[in-house]
Amino acid sequence: MIRQRYQSIIIQSICSLLIPFIQLFAIYVILHGHYGPGGGFQGGVLLAVSVLLQRLYLGKEVAYQKFPPKLALALGAVGMLIFGLAGIVPMAFGGSFLDYAYLPLPGVSGAELRYLGILIVELGIGLAVFGTLVLIFDNFIGGRW
Amino acid sequence: MIWQIDFWLLVILIVAAVTALSLHDLLGAVAALAAYSFFVALLFAQMGAIDVAFVEATLGAGITGVLFIIALFLTKRRTED
Repeated sequence: MIRQRYQSIIIQSICSLLIPFIQLFAIYVILHGHYGPGGGFQGGVLLAVSVLLQRLYLGKEVAYQKFPPKLALALGAVGMLIFGLAGIVPMAFGGSFLDYAYLPLPGVSGAELRYLGILIVELGIGLAVFGTLVLIFDNFIGGRW
Repeated sequence: MIWQIDFWLLVILIVAAVTALSLHDLLGAVAALAAYSFFVALLFAQMGAIDVAFVEATLGAGITGVLFIIALFLTKRRTED
């Protein structure tokens, strides 16, 4: 349905030019989120928007080859796993939930450890939001395109 | 805080909201809604809430627009009231 309506060379070239820059900015937002505006949620939404834009202008067959829905499910699950581990592992080492100072990373300690901990949590949130939004889109449109 | 910027952003905001409510072409209404959330984001940024503005710009102008357009293509484009 969507594929037949937007077979336009202008839209296709603009979208294929735009998508790498959206993804680069999304990765910047995720990795920069602990000392600036942005963070895991916003970066994950931007990543998901790039994949959804690809699905909108490429149509089902090609877009599912480029980014299969199973991969979105796997990435969302991995993101949740990263967040859960960053929360639970400090509990196993004597801290409380999400207490980054107790993460068992060799060679770093103190403020640097907290800094890395919030980075790990932001990465997990970003992956989880990305996978979930792509999955919402895929289940929403289903097999009807 | 500059009150002129605030004032004109609010005026454009109200115009976009009324346009989104009154259009019968639902695709145009979705576009007006995306413009509405983008001006809300500008207003948030102007008031200093950069993080909230970021969420509003990505979610309001990005994801909800895409989801509304998909819903339109799955149903039909014009209202009947």
